[in-house]
Amino acid sequence: MKHDIFQAIADPTRRAILTLLTIQALTPNVMAEKFDMSRQAVSKHIKVLHECDLIKPEQSGREIYYHFNAKKMQEFDHWLAQFRQSWETQFNQLDKLLTTIKEQTTK
Amino acid sequence: MNNDLLFDFTVDKAAQTVYITREFNAAQSLVWDAFTKPELLDQWGAPAPLRMKTKYMDFKVGGRRFYAMITPDGQEGWSVQEYTSITPKTNFKMYSTFSDKDENRVLPGSEWDYTFSEENDRTKVNITIYNESLERMEKMIEMGFRIGYTMSLTNLENLLSTLSEKK
Repeated sequence: MKHDIFQAIADPTRRAILTLLTIQALTPNVMAEKFDMSRQAVSKHIKVLHECDLIKPEQSGREIYYHFNAKKMQEFDHWLAQFRQSWETQFNQLDKLLTTIKEQTTK
Repeated sequence: MNNDLLFDFTVDKAAQTVYITREFNAAQSLVWDAFTKPELLDQWGAPAPLRMKTKYMDFKVGGRRFYAMITPDGQEGWSVQEYTSITPKTNFKMYSTFSDKDENRVLPGSEWDYTFSEENDRTKVNITIYNESLERMEKMIEMGFRIGYTMSLTNLENLLSTLSEKK
């Protein structure tokens, strides 16, 4: 099954990798060194992050550099904005209801 | 009209927690009622064009509320809330889960904490939502996304009808 962005950021190591990649693009070998992990373990994390488009590979000579894909993160923030919007609408409805009740009781 | 009322919304993705703060221009006892009485809750609890329908609500510790969110085309999404703590007019906590139409809960759920405080004739409500699993948070946000999408479509419909009336 394809991984989604929520599963991708659920893991603390993957969050750390993402943070690192926001600063500079890295090769899998350098990532393994930085996190003191095996190449296989890093590859697994890269696979998940790549599957959900959070990182992008770029060939440079014989090495593959992974870049952070900011656009995908924005998409995620857009989801959250929609969630916020639904709350805002509910609360505006409650404002109206409270005003109606207050008017009825003062009459 | 209520543009000066405080509204704060933060999501801590790593902690799987959502924090919401909102002020209301009403006394604390009235706002408390609006959050804890089904006949009032159903009037505002679902963002239009969605509707909310409470099947039953037993507001006491250990009691439950069983309700549905209904889309304009009649699809029902059921949920069960169980009250875990109540301090009248000040605070209540509940455990919320999605369910099927026969009240069978789909675990895991989320923990909700509501705090009410009044100052200068205004009531502040603090809501904390903690999700046990990230999948649950994903589902909750996805639902918010769908609701947001439904709302934008309705806004678009309204806009289109206004525009066509002008012609």
